[in-house]
Amino acid sequence: MCGIVGIYLKNKKLEKSLGRFLSGMLKNMSSRGPDSAGFAIYKEEKKYKYKYSICLNKINFLTFKKQFTKVIKKAKIEQISDHVIIKTNEKPEKILKIINEKLKDISLVGYGKSIEIFKQVGNPEKVVKKFNLEKLEGSHGIGHTRMATESAITTDGSHPYSTGEDECLVHNGSLSNHNNLRRELRKKGSKFNSENDTEVAAGYISNSLKNKNTLKDTLLSGLKDLDGFYTFITGTRKGFAIVRDEIACKPAVIAETNDYVAIASEFQAMAHLPNVNNAKIFEPDPGIVYTWGN
Amino acid sequence: MNLDLKKLKLREVNQKLQNIGSKQNQRSFTVINPEGNHAICAGLKDEIDVTIKGHTGYFCAGMNQNAFVTITGNVGTGVAENMMSGKVHVKGNASQSAGATAHGGLLIIDGDASSRCGISMKGVDIVVKGSVGHMCAFMAQAGNILICGDAGEALGDSIYETEIYVKGKVKSLGADCIEKKLERKHEMVIENLLKNSGIKKFKPSDFKRYGSARKLYNFKIDNLSNY
Repeated sequence: MCGIVGIYLKNKKLEKSLGRFLSGMLKNMSSRGPDSAGFAIYKEEKKYKYKYSICLNKINFLTFKKQFTKVIKKAKIEQISDHVIIKTNEKPEKILKIINEKLKDISLVGYGKSIEIFKQVGNPEKVVKKFNLEKLEGSHGIGHTRMATESAITTDGSHPYSTGEDECLVHNGSLSNHNNLRRELRKKGSKFNSENDTEVAAGYISNSLKNKNTLKDTLLSGLKDLDGFYTFITGTRKGFAIVRDEIACKPAVIAETNDYVAIASEFQAMAHLPNVNNAKIFEPDPGIVYTWGN
Repeated sequence: MNLDLKKLKLREVNQKLQNIGSKQNQRSFTVINPEGNHAICAGLKDEIDVTIKGHTGYFCAGMNQNAFVTITGNVGTGVAENMMSGKVHVKGNASQSAGATAHGGLLIIDGDASSRCGISMKGVDIVVKGSVGHMCAFMAQAGNILICGDAGEALGDSIYETEIYVKGKVKSLGADCIEKKLERKHEMVIENLLKNSGIKKFKPSDFKRYGSARKLYNFKIDNLSNY
């Protein structure tokens, strides 16, 4: 099962409501994925160059803050439940190194110029409430409700997966060649934190984008290299894309109006969106990459 | 009579519509605010008219007997699955597996149907005014499917005795499905389907007929390459 959702706003006036739209979509997909939930919100950061989304795991916030500010002086650190958003001008190479070497007990769940990621185990309704998603603003967002199949119910096993700057991926389905692909990508320098199949697909996409392929070409080559069943939504700084494998067992429906594009596993996820009954509603064709804003 | 899914539980609406019987005078119903819910109007068995205003989720009007169900919007996976009789009319598009395993009745889709439309159908008549996706009529056993638009890959894969009629292009035929001669008796079937689904702009000779080559009914080593 699993439920995936995404919303991209064409009308900037709606940016204040992004969190409300996305939280409704995730709540409506609880039945497809009651084990864990997560979401990525894209909002351009104006004051600082980078944002880092961190899951504290079992580490106390104040302990973490003390440790972090010892090494990085200039940063804005904001706690949201068991997650932390750090805003700073420090580049990813430096921050990633610090986290890998000195702050091993926390998890970096995403970073970039506009992305913020929150994910946790538990019923989507509770997860959404805990991170106060309804109040968040942004230009676009994607989310996931998980029914765990191939790996454990943990924060690391929750979506979205982010393996590159401002990139993230949610997935409904399962991959059958992820172990081989993980080995190949590790040889090329990719790092993985879990045994999860989706993380491998995210790593595959990041690796291809790093080699200067476009998102569309990356997802098209993914159709050959990723074996299994999937509907993917992949988010980037400017927009998102959706692709379904050619057998297309995993559902997806798109609703497009002049104000927004919404994607979900089922129509009921978007029934609360404004004017949705008059939207252009269609199913993405198998093996075709659809992109918005990229 | 209006049944509002924002005020009533899905189970209440379905139980009401499933138990109308033959004696009540009230035989026309409208379901409002479906909001993509699953299994709306599943298991109806009496001669009633139901209009669902909006978009529905999975298995809408599944197992239908006798009832006439109209959906003004789009439907999710498996509309009219295992229908026995009656009529289901979708005014928008249908998701995958429309009319799956249905034994009888008439399913009309005004828009497009996606993959596996009519999978394993066992006697239903399906009319799609738009196009169908891949694997349409997979393992289809009996009944007729009329497609006014195009058909996707592997049309009629492993088909038994369903008759397929397509007006547009066929991307590819599945295993053991071949084009067949359109005879007078088939034209009469098409005429009937066009009439019953209110299509006036096409005539039977606009359609091509496809069906089973009957090579894969039983395992024969000589046909190994066809599997």
